[in-house]
Formats: sequence, structure tokens, C-alpha cells
Amino acid sequence: MQSAVSTVAESIQFLSENFPEFLQLLQEHLLLVIISEITAIAIAVPLGVLAVRHERLKSPILSIGNVAQTVPPLAIIALMFPVLGLGFLPSFVALFIYALLPVLVNTITGLEDVEESTINAAKGMGMTPYERLTKIRFPLALPVIFAGIRTSMVINVGTAYLAFFIGGGGLGVWVISGINLFNMPQVLAGAVTGALLAITLDIGLAVIESRIGTASPDSSQVAA
Amino acid sequence: MIEFENVTKVYPDGTKAIEEVSFTVEEGTTTVLVGPSGCGKTTSMKLVNRLEEPTEGTVYVDGVDNMAQDRIDLRRNIGYVIQEIGLFDHMTVGENIATVPELREWEQSRIDERVDELLELMDLPGNYRDQYPRELSGGQQQRIGVARALAADPDILLMDEPFGALDPITRDNLQDEFLEIQDRINTTILFVTHSIDEALKMGDQIAIFDVGEIVQYDTPTEILQNPKNEFVENFIGDNRTFKQLAITTVEEVMEPREERPPGDGDVISAATDGGDDYAIPADASLQVALTKLLGSEDPTLPVVRDGRVVGTVSERHVRSYFGPTEES
Ligand SMILES: Nc1ncnc2c1ncn2[C@@H]1O[C@H](COP(=O)(O)OP(=O)(O)OP(=O)(O)O)[C@@H](O)[C@H]1O
Ligand SMILES: [Mg+2]
Repeated sequence: MQSAVSTVAESIQFLSENFPEFLQLLQEHLLLVIISEITAIAIAVPLGVLAVRHERLKSPILSIGNVAQTVPPLAIIALMFPVLGLGFLPSFVALFIYALLPVLVNTITGLEDVEESTINAAKGMGMTPYERLTKIRFPLALPVIFAGIRTSMVINVGTAYLAFFIGGGGLGVWVISGINLFNMPQVLAGAVTGALLAITLDIGLAVIESRIGTASPDSSQVAA
Repeated sequence: MIEFENVTKVYPDGTKAIEEVSFTVEEGTTTVLVGPSGCGKTTSMKLVNRLEEPTEGTVYVDGVDNMAQDRIDLRRNIGYVIQEIGLFDHMTVGENIATVPELREWEQSRIDERVDELLELMDLPGNYRDQYPRELSGGQQQRIGVARALAADPDILLMDEPFGALDPITRDNLQDEFLEIQDRINTTILFVTHSIDEALKMGDQIAIFDVGEIVQYDTPTEILQNPKNEFVENFIGDNRTFKQLAITTVEEVMEPREERPPGDGDVISAATDGGDDYAIPADASLQVALTKLLGSEDPTLPVVRDGRVVGTVSERHVRSYFGPTEES
């Protein structure tokens, strides 16, 4: 107990002594996560829409997403190295691939789970297929899609630690080199701040969701 | 006007939902499709706004084969109350009702006015406008479904069991309300129900369906007086006479009073002397009239409209309307 308390104290001290470096690493980490996440959303959501619109495309699209997810993140990172070398780009690509599936799966599920009767009503009232997608299916699927984005984002914060191995920077620099050096305060300083980052991003997304989302009764309760 | 001409619908899985169905819903009238579950009522309805398309035969909407009309325009001109209500949960009540006017790009002020009007018509408080469908009771949701279908003043209205989810009392009220609305809006209505009582009450014409085909297409009175076969008789049930009492108005059997100059003191006092309970409104049903006659000391009661006596009715009139051959 004594040592745990002192480790915490030491890691706080470590953090404050290396604050400029921390900000640098945090920024790298955040940039990697956000850019790869946004790209993943930008690709996965239209892909999901496509999969729902064209039944034949669904299983190939889903299997691509599945394969991407089953390869361990470290392996993806290792695979990126010979192709894209070191630095930001390979890290970004690896994270993007890894973030894709949860968004894709939830987009498809969300769009497909809209009740048939709701769609029939929309059809019967003379909505075009495009209007049904934008005015009915998509807004109703939004909470499910957002859940996918949140899951993917949290996973992404964790995976981004591995970017260190191919020179992508981020909080992994402290954690992984800290492990190698048996520097617990440094590991803790990198790990706990990462966890806090994940939580903050998750809350941020929840707020965004309640803003843009349908102000439906249950999501507005979440925000309140 | 809606016309079915030898329409057959076979679903892709081979289910023959309706076969060689023909009937016409005249402009401004209500036709009720009634029959047991799975007999093809919803299918018939979906053939009108092309949610389904006929395998054989033709459906004419306002005289034109609906397959030759633009599907989207056709649907926007036809109000549709779907069996499952199908409100949009992510939209407020007001937005739900405004769906078709929005699609048709009405001006916002006109949409707002129309939504208020419909909320009032459906007897829903104005503050429901900003609530979400899931916050409302099943009956309220059903009324919003009806309001949504009426929103753009369609010439044709398809109503698939619009009052199905209601308790008998609310249903009765809403039926009455709707009959009143119907008088005012003069829309061509195709109405589906599996309740013969609702059909008798709501319909100008009734189409009784057995599995996949129409057994009888007639006015409510005709169906009650001359059921075509045993299926129809069974469907009506055994208290035909009583049902007929419910759909016949006093006006149809009363002895009309001779025209007198308006403002005749005697006439007015006759209507008001015995109080409201004494006289019978001309549009009341014979059930109401009989109940009053049985509870009254007088064998003959005045019939009034707008506070003026227009005739008299007694048990004898009711009896003679059914003719001497009528039993039970
Ligand atoms: N999309 C479909 N594909 C295949 N068969 C269908 C489809 N829709 C309806 N059917 C079948 O067609 C027949 C008529 O169905 P329909 O929905 O028109 O009945 P209904 O008279 O409206 O019944 P209910 O009173 O239960 O609503 C039924 O046998 C039903 O199973
Ligand atoms: Mg049905």
C-alpha cells in the first residue's frame, strides 16, 4: 500500500516535471486517434449504407471488416512497417483499419433494425428511397451508429499506444519505454492519462450525440 | 374514386392473397373491407398506393391505371394509416403530422396552421405537438397516425384498422368523431377492419371478404337484410335486427310532420316542453329511439332537428320498418 501510494505520488511528480513532453505526446496520441477515427467513420458509414442498400455487397463488406478486426493490432502495426515505413502514416493506417469494424457493424445493424412498419409508413407517405434513408433510417440508426463510434474510439485510444513501435509517437512512448526501464511512475503517468483521455473522448461523443442526434426522450435523459 | 378490376395478387413466395377482386369506391364515399385475419384486406389496400403491385388486373385511381402514375406522386396524394401505426419515433408529434406537407414543401406557416388544426380535430391538446410518440398512449398514437394521414388534405384515404388498438369506449368516440370529420372533408375512403360492427357503422358500402375474394359488396342495410350466403350470415352474427337498429336513423322511419311556417310557437314548445330527454334527435339511431320509447310514458315521441320538431316516432314505426316477416 505504501509503495502504491508513493508510486502515484512519484508519477504525479514525473508528470509535472515532464509536462511539456507530456503535452507533446498527448497531442500526438490525440491526433492519431482522432484522425484515424474520423477516417474510419468517413469510410465505414457510407460502406454500411451501401451494404444495406445492396444485399449482395453486404457479406463481402462485412468480411473485409471482420478480417481487419481479427488481425491483432500489433500484427497490423508490424505489417505496416515494411509497406509504409516509420512514423505517423503507418500508425494512422493501422489505427484506421482497426477502428473500422465497430462503426461498420453498428451502421449496418442500426440501419437494418429500423422497424419494417416504420419504413412501410414512410414509403406509403411517398418518401423516395433517398428520403427514407436520410429522414427515417439514418436518424433512427444514429444512436446505434454512435455506440459503434464510441466503442471504436475507446479501443482506438488503447491501440494507439502501440504506435510507439513504428515511431508514431504518442503516450506509448512513456508506457512502453517505461516498462522496458522498470520506471513505474512513467508507465503510470502515460497509462492513466490515456485512460482519462478515453473517458473524456467518450463523454465528448455522448454530448455531441445528444446535440445532433434526435432529441428523443431517452437520449435527452442521458444528456441531462 | 378507386376501382379494382379483376385484381389478383400473388406474392413472390406463391401466396395468393387476393383473386379476381373487383369493386368500386365512389368519390366521397367510404367502403369498408371486412373479413377474417389473412383474407387479403391489407394487401388490397397496399395495391391502391402501389406498396404492392397487382399480378393481374388493374387498379384505377381517379380513373387512371395506377401503374401508369408516378409512384411517389400517387402516394403523396393518398393518405395512409397503416395497420401498425408506424409513427416515426425520432420525430415529434408535430413533425410526424407534418410529414407529407413537408415532402410537398408547403410553407412553414401553412404547415404549422395545419398541424394545430389537426391536433384540435383529433382532440389532442396543442402541447402534444412537441412530445415524442413513445410518450403517448396507444390510442393517442393511433389518432396521430390518422392526423398524419389527413395532413395534406388527400382526396383518397386508406385506413388499415385505424382504431384497432383502442378500448371499446375510445373507439366508439373516435368512430363518431371520424364520421363527423368525414361529413366535412368529403374524401374517398377505403377502410379496413375485422369488426363487422365497425364496418356497419363506418361504411357507405361494405365488402365482405372470405379468404382472397369478396363474398358480398353492398350497403350496410342490404347486407343486414339480405346476406348473400351462410358465410356472410355467420360473419354478421345472430343479432342482425339489433345491428340494423344501430345503423338506421330515426329519420328513416318517423312519420314526418307537415311543413309549418318556421317560428311556430307550438312546434318549438313541443320540442322543449319535455326537456332534452324527451325528444329524439333526427339523426339518432333506432337503438336510441327504442330505448327512449321503452322508458317513456308516451307511446309516441317527437323527433327534432335543430330544435324544431320534424316528425314523430312510435314503436309501430320501428316495427313496420322491419316488415312483418322479420323475426327475433
Ligand atoms: N409480403 C408478403 N409476402 C408473402 N405473403 C404475404 C405478404 N403479405 C401478406 N401475405 C399473405 O397474404 C395473405 C393476406 O394478407 P393480408 O395482410 O392482406 O391480410 P389481412 O386481411 O390484412 O389480415 P389481418 O386482418 O390479419 O391484418 C396472408 O395469407 C398473408 O400471409
Ligand atoms: Mg391487415
